[in-house]
Amino acid sequence: MSTSDPEHNRERDSEATFGDYGGQYVPEALMPALQELEDAYERYVLENEDGFMDEFRERMRDFGGRPTPLQRADRLSERYDREIYLKREDLVHGGAHKLNNALGQVLLSKYMGKERVIAETGAGQHGTATAMAAAHLDMPCEIYMGRTDVNRQRPNVYRMRMNGAEVNPVEAGSGTLKEAINETFRDWATTVETTHYVIGSVVGPHPFPKLVRDFQAVIGREAREQIREKAGRLPDSVVACAGGGSNTMGTFHEFVPDDDVALYAVEAGGSSLGVDEEEGVAPNSATLSTGTDGVLHGAMTKLLQSEEGQIVESHSVSAGLDYAGVGPELANLVETDRVTPVNVDDDAALNGFHRLSNLEGIIPALESSHALGYLEESHDELGDLVVVNVSGRGDKDLETVLEETEKRDLEAAPDVEVFDG
Amino acid sequence: MTDDSNAAPESDIETAIRENDPALITYITAGDPSLEDTKRYVEALDRGGSDLIELGLPFSEPVAEGATIQAAINRALDAGTTPEGFFELVDDLETEAPLLVMTYYNMILQYGSEPDVRPFVERAAEAGLSGIIVPDLPAEEADPLREACDDHGLDLVFIVAPTTEGERLETIMSQVSGFAYVQARLGTTGARADVSTATHESLERLSEYDVPKAVGFGVSEGDHAAEIVEAGADGVIVGSALIDIVAGSDDPAADLEAKAEELKRGAVRGAESLTVDTEDTPEPEQP
Ligand SMILES: Cc1ncc(COP(=O)(O)O)c(C=O)c1O
Repeated sequence: MSTSDPEHNRERDSEATFGDYGGQYVPEALMPALQELEDAYERYVLENEDGFMDEFRERMRDFGGRPTPLQRADRLSERYDREIYLKREDLVHGGAHKLNNALGQVLLSKYMGKERVIAETGAGQHGTATAMAAAHLDMPCEIYMGRTDVNRQRPNVYRMRMNGAEVNPVEAGSGTLKEAINETFRDWATTVETTHYVIGSVVGPHPFPKLVRDFQAVIGREAREQIREKAGRLPDSVVACAGGGSNTMGTFHEFVPDDDVALYAVEAGGSSLGVDEEEGVAPNSATLSTGTDGVLHGAMTKLLQSEEGQIVESHSVSAGLDYAGVGPELANLVETDRVTPVNVDDDAALNGFHRLSNLEGIIPALESSHALGYLEESHDELGDLVVVNVSGRGDKDLETVLEETEKRDLEAAPDVEVFDG
Repeated sequence: MTDDSNAAPESDIETAIRENDPALITYITAGDPSLEDTKRYVEALDRGGSDLIELGLPFSEPVAEGATIQAAINRALDAGTTPEGFFELVDDLETEAPLLVMTYYNMILQYGSEPDVRPFVERAAEAGLSGIIVPDLPAEEADPLREACDDHGLDLVFIVAPTTEGERLETIMSQVSGFAYVQARLGTTGARADVSTATHESLERLSEYDVPKAVGFGVSEGDHAAEIVEAGADGVIVGSALIDIVAGSDDPAADLEAKAEELKRGAVRGAESLTVDTEDTPEPEQP
């Protein structure tokens, strides 16, 4: 039996897993597609066959707007009495880092000869990026999105439709990202011979976590060069928000070998860090901080789950962080103490949103606002030179922010009454 | 087939299929709508002529399942079905047909105090289950579970999909224990109105392997069962069509028994037409 041969396993481990995490836990029907993708990843992404990576970089420059600036945030630097730099992924076309991955994967599916792409979306940001990339590259595109998220992220639903994508609301469960991923896997299991699944974060079965990380690693590669140019040295710490973990891994990847650079993954603490096992809900999505090891959506990783192994519903004020799982490589970097998982609650994220809008004239995504919330709470621990990834812009979140701000007494918020009428 | 797998003693499951060829394999979700009902339904399926019964242990994210079984799983979870409740049900069941558990990998890993497959397998063996099917566990990831199953005399059943070909098919077939679960079509589970042509192609591809082959995904009627057996299957697997009865009938136990009888009759009819065919066809003349 070839797979129980220890030699074979060792080899396979190094390819498909990160420490104890990762792997390929999917229905058999999908396995040949994962092999095909692995092959395409090696040839096109790692070896630049047919000039794939050249074309990808050129399109990211001309269509996507790369490189993005690393901007010194003057008023935040003053406020925290240290140097704060913002990596401006909100300036990528579409308004978030998600295009780096979506364009990479849609282009890859072209090179692989696929006829159609599908994707899941939580905040709608990955769906939007995929729809844009698909329109740009003339590829039919269908997006699955939980019903709750359809309702709270309308602008992105419109944008996906404008770009010619079909948007399928998913009614199951709490109608968020987890359910959307389940439904996209079901579509893929039916159409796998002609369709590529553009997964939206560093999650899912091998080789997705590596593939997505490599498309996102441009964030950290640019940031590393830019901070050296501007500050003359590497930062003391790098801070990024973590849902599935794609902007986190993208920002961190190039810094991982730099032992002196502290890496902070900021998760959504939601309204509380506890898990209500009775109700099967976690009022947070702090998977790295509070999760336990298990298998979801094709990979062994850290999960929000009950003692019996049922996945619990997560919560965050930000749709893009509202997920019970996390990327396996990030889980491993936390397990090996290279990345520090932290979290801030919904209020801190909303305050972060208002603060950056007010002080710097940048309206950040609610996801990114978690990183800014952490900066406010813990700047004393971050050293003298700090890079914060602003993973996206907040236009999509304005309705949610107004509604949620009205319910609370937030120190950084403007008077939201004036928005009425 | 390798020599040592020929030498291995036949398992309960393999025996159940070989001795009853064509075999009827039925599936229902445990705890839908309650574990007490499941007990009555399993006994009805057993009386109706099932040769092997699969019991679903519900998992909250059943990605390989279509709408019918997904809904059954939700009902079972809403009713508070737990792994321990499931095992107690199996402890209680006395059926002629051997029983298998069908569940997702995370459920197996989480049974016990930390992620490990062994406590689940030990408990399954103790409860009298004969095998395990895990729709999200491809052969590549199956070593730990297979080793635990081997140690406890349980079969670990693998699915062969329409996309499984070449080297992967070889690898899977060399690891088959019990039977090869032949997925009739791409996609998820769910009752269909016809038998997919992919079934015929898959059975054709598998014909050189001397292992029992049972076809599932979409089978709902006696006529489908007949067609599948005629195409060379040793068994048919039916799930969603039975869940429809659980969810919609006034007397599920009676209707499940009747449905099992219909399916088994269909399978036998398929087998008979095969023997008639061979009798009708004269042996080729020796030159
Ligand atoms: C702007 C933004 N940041 C972060 C995320 C979270 O995803 P990830 O952790 O993969 O970066 C999302 C997800 O939609 C997003 O839209």
